[in-house]
Amino acid sequence: MSSALAGLLQLLALIAALALAYRPLGDYMARVYSSDKHLRVEKWIYKAIGANPDAEMRWTAYLRGVLAFSAVGVLFLFGLQRLQGSLPGSLGFKSIDPDQAFNTAASFVSNTNWQSYYGEQAMGHVVQTGGLAVQNFVSAAVGIAVAVALVRGFARSRTGELGNFWADLVRGTVRILIPLSIIGAIILVACGVIQNFSGIHEVGQFMGGHQQWNGGAVASQEVIKELGTNGGGYFNANSAHPFENPNAFSNLFEIFLILLIPFSLTRTFGRMVGSVKQGYAILATMAGIWLAFIGLMMWTEFAGHGPAFQLAGGAMEGKETRFGIAGSAIFSVSTTLTSTGAVNSFHSSNTGFGGGIDMLGMQLGEIAPGGVGSGLYGMLIMAIIAVFIAGLMVGRTPEYLGKKIGTREIKFAACYILVTPALVLGFTAAAMALSTPAHSMTNSGAHGFSEILYAYTSAGNNNGSAFAGLNADTQWFNTTTGLAMLLGRFLPMVFVLALAGSLAEQKPIPASAGTLRTEKPLFTGLLIGTILIITGLTYFPALALGPLAEGLAS
Amino acid sequence: MTLHDTLPARAPQQDTPPPAKESGKVGGGLFDPKQLLKSLPDAVRKLHPRVMVKSPVMFVVLIGSLVTTALAVTNPGDWFGWVITVWLWLTVVFANLAEAVAEGRGKAQADTLRKAKTDTVARRLTGTSEESVPGTDLRIGDLVVCEAGDIIPGDGDVVEGVASVDESAITGESAPVIRESGGDRSAVTGGTKVLSDRIVIKITTKPGETFIDRMINLVEGAARQKTPNEIALNILLASLTIVFLLAVVTLKPFAIYAGADKQTSMIVLTALLVCLIPTTIGALLSAIGIAGMDRLVQRNVLAMSGRAVEAAGDVSTLLLDKTGTITLGNRQAAEFVPVRGTTAAEVADAVQLSSLADETPEGRSIVVLAKEKYGLRERHQGELTGAEWVPFTAQTRMSGVDVDGRKVRKGATGSVIAWVNERGGTVADDASDLSYRISESGGTPLLVAVEDADGARVLGVIHLKDVVKEGMRERFDELRRMGIKTVMITGDNPLTAKAIAEEAGVDDFLAEATPEDKMALIKREQAGGKLVAMTGDGTNDAPALAQADVGVAMNTGTSAAKEAGNMVDLDSNPTKLIEIVEIGKQLLITRGSLTTFSIANDVAKYFAIIPAMFAVAYPQLDALNIMRLTSPESAILSAVIFNALIIIALVPLALKGVQYKPTSADRMLRRNLGIYGLGGLIAPFIGIKLIDLLLSLLPGIGH
Repeated sequence: MSSALAGLLQLLALIAALALAYRPLGDYMARVYSSDKHLRVEKWIYKAIGANPDAEMRWTAYLRGVLAFSAVGVLFLFGLQRLQGSLPGSLGFKSIDPDQAFNTAASFVSNTNWQSYYGEQAMGHVVQTGGLAVQNFVSAAVGIAVAVALVRGFARSRTGELGNFWADLVRGTVRILIPLSIIGAIILVACGVIQNFSGIHEVGQFMGGHQQWNGGAVASQEVIKELGTNGGGYFNANSAHPFENPNAFSNLFEIFLILLIPFSLTRTFGRMVGSVKQGYAILATMAGIWLAFIGLMMWTEFAGHGPAFQLAGGAMEGKETRFGIAGSAIFSVSTTLTSTGAVNSFHSSNTGFGGGIDMLGMQLGEIAPGGVGSGLYGMLIMAIIAVFIAGLMVGRTPEYLGKKIGTREIKFAACYILVTPALVLGFTAAAMALSTPAHSMTNSGAHGFSEILYAYTSAGNNNGSAFAGLNADTQWFNTTTGLAMLLGRFLPMVFVLALAGSLAEQKPIPASAGTLRTEKPLFTGLLIGTILIITGLTYFPALALGPLAEGLAS
Repeated sequence: MTLHDTLPARAPQQDTPPPAKESGKVGGGLFDPKQLLKSLPDAVRKLHPRVMVKSPVMFVVLIGSLVTTALAVTNPGDWFGWVITVWLWLTVVFANLAEAVAEGRGKAQADTLRKAKTDTVARRLTGTSEESVPGTDLRIGDLVVCEAGDIIPGDGDVVEGVASVDESAITGESAPVIRESGGDRSAVTGGTKVLSDRIVIKITTKPGETFIDRMINLVEGAARQKTPNEIALNILLASLTIVFLLAVVTLKPFAIYAGADKQTSMIVLTALLVCLIPTTIGALLSAIGIAGMDRLVQRNVLAMSGRAVEAAGDVSTLLLDKTGTITLGNRQAAEFVPVRGTTAAEVADAVQLSSLADETPEGRSIVVLAKEKYGLRERHQGELTGAEWVPFTAQTRMSGVDVDGRKVRKGATGSVIAWVNERGGTVADDASDLSYRISESGGTPLLVAVEDADGARVLGVIHLKDVVKEGMRERFDELRRMGIKTVMITGDNPLTAKAIAEEAGVDDFLAEATPEDKMALIKREQAGGKLVAMTGDGTNDAPALAQADVGVAMNTGTSAAKEAGNMVDLDSNPTKLIEIVEIGKQLLITRGSLTTFSIANDVAKYFAIIPAMFAVAYPQLDALNIMRLTSPESAILSAVIFNALIIIALVPLALKGVQYKPTSADRMLRRNLGIYGLGGLIAPFIGIKLIDLLLSLLPGIGH
């Protein structure tokens, strides 16, 4: 069987699995966020944190909850890393330097999971499992909570209330992420992913020499790393490491985990706004972009020129032979089009175009299907922009899901789309203009530029994947990427929640023949066009100087 | 109900014409290229930063022009810098020109209005005596006298007397109108002229705030405020401008690293920025708004705010008065129904005879029907010598004629039966039945009886009915396709209302409507999230007009109604409500379409400028030069020139409005997305290539 055919079959199996899970999971999540019953364990948690889960919150209160909870998360994680040297169960690793500790804390709380450290050489069991893994769950739950608040903004009317942040946070963790993770971890262990608390082993290498391996609760962290679109690997090699991702099946399963919640949330959205068709339209937009990107990635990675490519059957450099080109291509597109950032191959070793596709995927705002929660709200913001332009074209004040897109709404949406380009381009330009940051580049020319552009694209969009090649553990990069991650995560959330509050206050407008039909393929096409032109074109000049210049040269 | 009761309470000013089939497609007058030249001085005056800052996109272009000018001055030998500078300035001027042309068309109208607003001397009543004061000294509540030949000094209500007034100064309609105290025809407008009689007017508005003042402000655009959608669009455009500003500013360090420092001079980057930010829509946005108001003015509708015009596009429920809007003002004879034992021809002959002297529209329609449907030769009043005409009175509720020993009567059922019985005649058994059936079907029955040698007897019944205007059903079907519900408002009983509603094809009706009912209906619709439009003229309509999202007051109406509504129709033609909705929609569509066009344009501009800047540093990037433009300079120049010229090219479209045909949202989107989305992608590729071809012929640019 040719590797291209194998890739196609893997893709079909993946789509079939996602399709099977779509309705039950999407409906289940809608019930979780709509139910007014509390589980016993949830009641304990509410009592412990002193929250009243039945109190409705306006958008400002909801936002305060998000920010306060995340700020505590950053401080806790920062402290834990700074104290690692004095904590037991740390495998003898010393405390992390302040700039790197800040970077890592910002990274995991913002669901980015950019790693400027080497997991197996820096972080012990306590930080990995007690700090990083915890954030893997809760940062994902925060993302879903904000998305649900926005959906409630559409679904509710004549109220400013968006639900209760603490209830949404706890439910997302207890009822969705933990149960799915338990099932997923068992499957991963069955595939051969390790799960233990053993120490460091020194083993002899095949070619002579010695190598250190450490054990750890890898499967449990791996599953939430993918499921919560986090991406921070237990090991530096991330999902290319055999302890994290041993074979082709585990590889496909991990891709499935990455995409599971982001795609299914469109069903939840459709259910909650009372029209699953609206959810399908959003799903079609996400799936359309995702499939097109996979197609492009496969094409460029299989069609490399030169003798090395021909011998290997494509661009095999930096890829694991057990995954092959297709398994790596699907993984890298899925990880960059969501906010995951886990890698099973080295994006820097992709063809020039391939690296560009990864970057563009993140630059579109990670909305196809995007991170858990963040993908949905990012896509809904783009839908609002598309509706605004198209709505005018049908001769009415634009409206989406029965809500008017007026001055206030467009103001918040416009602010949202400003944030990431400002962070990505601003920090990249600063890094290029200053003399020191450039020392971190391993390559010169277009590829070297891509390394830095990729780093800020990844941080600003909360992806967390690295292009490899860039030495990011410097004070400059730790600080600036840390800031980009925090601002790239929480500023958009401010605008999303403000928008949600504004939408929830409106009264609904009944649909008529004069209403723009947002559940039709025409709208999906329009939405894709809006995303490509408004978000994608912003980065065209930068991409031209990096991956395009590189790709066109070969 | 008597015959005369069926007359409309308000005499229609003019027969409402059948709805124009072409409406909506009618533009706002022809665009004359000469206007561009005429408005040029205004356009240059608008370069003042305080004016420019209102449009964030064009303000950025202005700053860009200043920057390139400064750079060109410091390096006078650089022809490229000068040419770019000139075209950037032209871009700004073209944008101002679009606005100036749009405003210029209102100015002409304002001048005409000003002529009417000459300083008048008012004859103010003080107690029993009269004093002459300037019109500007009048206060609310003052009483003034106007006699034939006087110009009415201010807006007010007639409190005494009746007069014919020439209102052509504001309506353009030369036929005089009657203004009288009390009722719904009491409002007079300052600047109009009394032609006959004497009236006493109570002033209701302060000088300087009169209707004519407001009109002048409106058509001149002085009172123009940005509408909600326009503000929202401006925010989106501003944010896109910031995004592109970021993309261009950050490009410089990238370019230096890539080794393209020289190719990305400040002038080139400014040119790139101006090409990328949505200048096309930014330049035309305010012209589109002004032109939208202007289109209303051209249809003799004054919108008191742009907000109302926009709301008109969003309307989902139209409340339409039956009389004058859906039906012609008057009832007309539709059929002569004989009672058993007589023939239709006999009835026709009798009613024609009885109606010869009846000058009411109903009477005339009887004569016409007798001739057209029953083939009766037209008789004239003069032919009958010795005829004695019996006029209608409120007591007898009948009219008729006594001629050659024959007495013919027609009138309300009860009265005619009583008349026959009085004369010992026979009333056919089915007479009441027939009358009832006509009533039931929504018509008005008039019984016809005769007394001659054979005694008194009922001959038959005239079926009078409301005649639905031609083309209304199609019009309502159109509205339904646009998602607009129509509700007919009538004082008729539910039975009659239902019949007419069905015939006209409206979606719903409100029978025996009181002002309170109307108000309740509007509130109910609004509670469901719908926007409601209505017309009205009476004082009792005022609360509903104020409550409706679009309230169009008839100019013939009371000043209370005009004050309450947010639009005034100078023609007092209620059918115009439909056109107003179409104009509102057209305004939004034009904005949306040009925005789409403007944004889609960017793709081609990138393909022109990016390779021009970077093909030296990375020769492989020349592959992006898919238009195969001659040289980097001509590529950048072509993009800038296209960007400027497209503004001028689209001015007529902005003024006229995008073609609008009532249809569903789906179809409209497909059409406009095809023309302005796809067109916006493709057009600049062709345009830039053509300009490049022309430029390559010039020495110094071509190879």
